[in-house]
Amino acid sequence: MADLSVKVCGVDFKNPIIPASGVFGYGREYEELFPLDKLGGIATKGTTLHLRTGNIAPRIAETPSGMLNSVGLQNPGIDHFIETELPYLLTKDLVVLANIAGSTPDECAEVAAKLEDTDVHMIELNISCPNVKQGGAAFGTSCEMAAEVTKRVRAVTKKPLVVKLSPNVTSIADIAKSVEAAGADAVSLINTLLGMRIDINTGRPILHNNVGGMSGPAVFPIAVRMVWQVANAVKIPVIGMGGVSSGRDAIELMMAGASAVQVGAAIFTDPYAPVKIVEEMNDWLDSKGIASVNDIIGTVKPW
Amino acid sequence: MKYTQGQYIIADKTAIAREIYSFTISCPEVAAVACPGQFVHIRAKGYTLRRPISICGIDKEKGTLRIVFEIRGEGTAEIAKLNKGDLIDMLAPLGHGFTVDPSYNKVILIGGGIGTPPMLPLTKAYGDKAVAISGFRNASAVILQDDFRKTGAETILCTDDGSAGIHGFVTQPLKELAEKGGIDAVYACGPMPMLKGVAAICKENGIFCQISLEERMACGIGACLGCACRTVRNDEEYFAHVCKDGPVFNAEEVLW
Repeated sequence: MADLSVKVCGVDFKNPIIPASGVFGYGREYEELFPLDKLGGIATKGTTLHLRTGNIAPRIAETPSGMLNSVGLQNPGIDHFIETELPYLLTKDLVVLANIAGSTPDECAEVAAKLEDTDVHMIELNISCPNVKQGGAAFGTSCEMAAEVTKRVRAVTKKPLVVKLSPNVTSIADIAKSVEAAGADAVSLINTLLGMRIDINTGRPILHNNVGGMSGPAVFPIAVRMVWQVANAVKIPVIGMGGVSSGRDAIELMMAGASAVQVGAAIFTDPYAPVKIVEEMNDWLDSKGIASVNDIIGTVKPW
Repeated sequence: MKYTQGQYIIADKTAIAREIYSFTISCPEVAAVACPGQFVHIRAKGYTLRRPISICGIDKEKGTLRIVFEIRGEGTAEIAKLNKGDLIDMLAPLGHGFTVDPSYNKVILIGGGIGTPPMLPLTKAYGDKAVAISGFRNASAVILQDDFRKTGAETILCTDDGSAGIHGFVTQPLKELAEKGGIDAVYACGPMPMLKGVAAICKENGIFCQISLEERMACGIGACLGCACRTVRNDEEYFAHVCKDGPVFNAEEVLW
């Protein structure tokens, strides 16, 4: 048995695998299939100040080796999260990353402030949702806005603050440096890539929102590249995600520089994916005689 | 909620019409808890998203489920390649099924096209209290009529072009029966315009109506919020989810 535990911003994870925000709700639906304790952590569904109904359906489309979604941050609001979902998750043996979002920097700060008196372990600030008209990716695509919203949230929270970055930018490393300077404790990447599909028989986009976020195995090489670039640009830890669907993928992302790994669309293909990924990572490390998963973080030897 | 994910043996496979297949799947733990109106979420090799397919038969004694599905695209084409003896990967049973009320004396069950299969286990539950109306494009698209007759229900067949049964839509015989009275409930699955028509007739005649909807879906269990459906609950608009709150909804809740 290899040691799979990692530490990110001083928070101990028993293993580096975390279901990504949006695919896993608040965990209840998957507890029917396996104990959540098997996971290193959970990034909860993006939660805003007030309830959001989300976008009109269809919100989902298949793509080659992946999918598009345009859910549009449907969520019950932060008060419901704190009263109903968080207490349930805190009874589990895993790290809870509360993913939060807002239409304005003020709203993001207000949501974060409400979490300050809770026992949530980390805050993951979403500045990269491609599916909402205001806020969302707009914050994540300029260094100034990314820094501004990070600063505002930093000012109201002492919790470890992870800022989730958009890949829909020219230089993700520059954005990462901006949020690091603004006080982020870690960054997580990549959120989905903006995509589109059209039904050629009707001439209509498949998604009612016309465009949506692409995820799944197809985006994995982009995630590896971006994690590597960001890990080289900042000193704070990087949580990697994007198309991870096997233990080997998770190892690869960690070699690129990730300290922990989130799993998204793979869960739709196989709901047990995060659990299997933990087992596969252990098997691979054992087969190589590597004692701890920490020994592979950022070990890629670039040409 | 009670569902599992696993690999199950396909005990039987038949092509029952052009590009429409019937699988009988040996899955005792799923069959034991499955209800009419629920669905199974099937993995298609090489595709990210599973495909939701409604349950067409539940045999709790034999521990089998039957599904009948049409090839709609690449994913269902991939599933259709599976053969008798192969393993099929299912997350099941999922969703909220039809309300079966033993106190009802007469119910009408309506299936349109590939919306017909989920009506079969419900028809079986009501037996001779049921009138099963099925509608298809034409005679060559007609499926499951022998199965419906075997349940003891009265069957009415309609085709759009009149090549089999009544020439016309399912709403025509429904309207006649509804106006005669004595109907406790109407259940329907099929294309949206059909469901809309059925719901309107039921509203007019004050009959309880449940409909089964479909939507593009990812997780299938209510976590990802992908399959939204506009509904009204307690006078407030509410984005319900077809996979968990549905696929069966009370027609009066749905905002068309």
